[in-house]
Amino acid sequence: MNALVEVKDLSVDFSTRNGVVHAVRDVSFSLMKGQTLGIVGESGSGKSVTSYTLMRILDQAGYISGGSVSFGGMDIGNASEKNMVLLRGREISMVFQNPRSALNPIRKVGQQIEDVLCQHLQATRHDAKQKAIDVLRQVRINNPGERYHAYPFELSGGMCQRIVIALALACRPQLMIADEPTTGLDVTTQKAVMDLMAELTRERNMATILITHDLGLAAAYCDHLIVMKDGEVVEAADAKSLFQNPQHPYTKKLIRATPRSSGTIRELLPEDTKVPALAVSTPNAGKSEAILTVENLVKEYPLKSTSSTKHPKAEARPVFRAVDDISFIVGRGECVGLVGESGCGKSTTSSMIMRLLNPTSGSLIFDGSEIANMPAKTFAKSPLRTKLQMVFQDPTDSLNPRFTASRSIADPLMRMGQLKSRRQMRDRVQELAELVGFPAHLLDRFPHQLSGGQKARVGIARAISVNPELLVLDEPTAALDVSVQAVVLNLLVDLKARLGMSYLFVSHDLSVVRLLCDRVIVMRGGKIVEQGECDQVLENPADPYTRELLNAIPHPAFD
Amino acid sequence: MNKPSQTTDMIKPVSGEDGISLADLNAAVTRQSGAAAPTRANMLRHLAYILKSNPMTLIAFILFALMLVAALLGPLITPYDPLKSSVADALQAPSLAHWFGTDDLGRDVFSRVLMATRLDLAIAFSAVAISFVFGSIIGSLSGYYGGWLDKVTGRIIDTIMAFPLFVLAMGIVAALGNSVENIVYATAIVNLPFYARMARAEVNVRRDAGFVQAARLSGNGDIRILATQIFPNALPPMMVQISLNLGWAILNAAGLSFIGLGVSPPTPEWGIMVAEGARYIVSGEWWLALFPGAVLMLAVFTFNMLGDGLRDLVDPRQRS
Repeated sequence: MNALVEVKDLSVDFSTRNGVVHAVRDVSFSLMKGQTLGIVGESGSGKSVTSYTLMRILDQAGYISGGSVSFGGMDIGNASEKNMVLLRGREISMVFQNPRSALNPIRKVGQQIEDVLCQHLQATRHDAKQKAIDVLRQVRINNPGERYHAYPFELSGGMCQRIVIALALACRPQLMIADEPTTGLDVTTQKAVMDLMAELTRERNMATILITHDLGLAAAYCDHLIVMKDGEVVEAADAKSLFQNPQHPYTKKLIRATPRSSGTIRELLPEDTKVPALAVSTPNAGKSEAILTVENLVKEYPLKSTSSTKHPKAEARPVFRAVDDISFIVGRGECVGLVGESGCGKSTTSSMIMRLLNPTSGSLIFDGSEIANMPAKTFAKSPLRTKLQMVFQDPTDSLNPRFTASRSIADPLMRMGQLKSRRQMRDRVQELAELVGFPAHLLDRFPHQLSGGQKARVGIARAISVNPELLVLDEPTAALDVSVQAVVLNLLVDLKARLGMSYLFVSHDLSVVRLLCDRVIVMRGGKIVEQGECDQVLENPADPYTRELLNAIPHPAFD
Repeated sequence: MNKPSQTTDMIKPVSGEDGISLADLNAAVTRQSGAAAPTRANMLRHLAYILKSNPMTLIAFILFALMLVAALLGPLITPYDPLKSSVADALQAPSLAHWFGTDDLGRDVFSRVLMATRLDLAIAFSAVAISFVFGSIIGSLSGYYGGWLDKVTGRIIDTIMAFPLFVLAMGIVAALGNSVENIVYATAIVNLPFYARMARAEVNVRRDAGFVQAARLSGNGDIRILATQIFPNALPPMMVQISLNLGWAILNAAGLSFIGLGVSPPTPEWGIMVAEGARYIVSGEWWLALFPGAVLMLAVFTFNMLGDGLRDLVDPRQRS
């Protein structure tokens, strides 16, 4: 049988301000019909560039500098633009990472599918609507006739990704390229979308290329895997043997760094890393004293009032309860995980605890003081402010692009620290940089000159600069590569033991929470559905929702 | 005959300096040892890169430097006294002695055009500075706090923009009185809405950014956050606006003078010179209006081109 896609010694270069960048070097692979190939790698490994080359949608600065790409016997590298237009969407199609930005926000989703069908002459004006509805039905959208008229903003993220898949599959292509199709989706939605893609691939005997940074996901859904690093393929094998018997050290490192259902946090790091033994955690310390007590916390947002729902009295107005009467305790020296999917209210909860947001009602007792009713301005000046700090989700967004790393770290010190002289300040910043493993010679750099892991370290250094007692970590590793995540998680564990802090770790990822936390709280729809000791909740979940979350974590079938 | 050559000498070193000085300064700064040297050297290297990567920006910077020199040195470099009339030399065509010819009173047009640079740039810079400062403050506050403040300032700005801007400027000068200061105020008022709107939009999108929340947690007050964290990030697009506005402001001032408001003769000013020269075009003395007009056009062109370069200069993300 002939391969549908044949890539031989492909090299792609980009010409940039700092000279030529070799984004992809000597990559070769082939793909048969009905097969699923996974391209796995961390950011900057060239996996997306490889797939863009297949469709020839590289940036203007990028060009094929060697090797060949053929699709069904056709030479893609030398094909005319006219032929490529015919090919794209009809023979090869693509599912993009962010479904919301891939859809036109002001056009009905049904019409967007019609556009693709009509463009490739797969439908006429008369039957386009019917065909579009058929396609929607194939991607398991309920009430496709009604959803045809929906705009992207009216649909959930998972639903939008189904529409994007419907767009990709409308013309029955032979090859589908999915570029991180489920990054940014919840685990349960991820499972639904991936299952759907696998099923459609099988049904239509298509070839699929899945590009992902998640080895677990790739191993669960792909036949073959290639692992890329710095533009080169470091290992290629079938999924099972790659996972069970990795050859290349980089593959081994990646597999180790992927959080699994067993193992300790130290096992995420490469084998030869020298780290101090884990400090023995003292779970009893948590029970003795609570640093934070949350009682009956509620946050309500007024719903947009329509003419029929407008009420003269304020209390009669319809409200949306983002956080619905939750109570929990964080003990001193304890690490508590707050887990849930997007929209469950976990970020609202952490913002209220940080007093960035005013609670509607309820009480927050931090270090013996009631802080829920304290106005934000008073709290900012109170000495308690230094004891309660936060590490933000997106390291890029949370650093001022015009501040150097040292200025960012020094900011809380300048406002709240007792240090007066410049010299003391500089010493403290250097000490903090050393503490979080941030290279001192990079302190004068701006955020855009730092890598994701380095930015995360700056964010952590800033948060711990004023010696907080409770650190709220809002998905601190969600935007990081797995190997960087492994290092950052270990850093957090060490810092906690060294500085005696307590953590409230907000995350959607149960397997990460398991590694770091003593106790876990599972939230859904603003309510706490389950809380308890981490091991117990994850081994024997009492609530069906917790069970669903656990099941949705992608596991390779052979693991 | 020695006058023109003297002027050429005067201009040459200026343009030459602009081309060479970057590398020289760079080397000089690098040679200095000290903490501040690397950043300043970086800045200059960055400037050199921006100028090299965009030839239009380089041309604009050179023209801008020439204008600044003309404005600063003014009377020192004019070959003739721009105000001294000499009836014997009236209405001479451009020649080597009088590059741009002479006007009806025998004054040297080149000297007058050169001299006018100071006044026109001063009007433009002060008008833009006033509208930038006040527009930024109003826009930043309404973008950050929102609510009634935003609504009130927004409507006031809409009201200003509802007028044809030049007519509004005319009205303001007519009402306040015919003086150079009032031209500045009028130009500032008509330009202010652009800054206010832009600052509002740029501040508004960053109000809840992660780094702003982090700053709040660091104990920064609202005004400090606005001034040190958010506003500097709004600067790059504002720089483009400043540069475009300088061009508009010059046009506006010249336009007001052209119709007889603001600057009064015999003060050399591009707009008045065009207005005075216009009467002589029919009789064939084209140089009276053409040269001041051409310089005016060149000035506006320079500021329009300068914008992109200035934006790249103040944006640290463009540095590598």
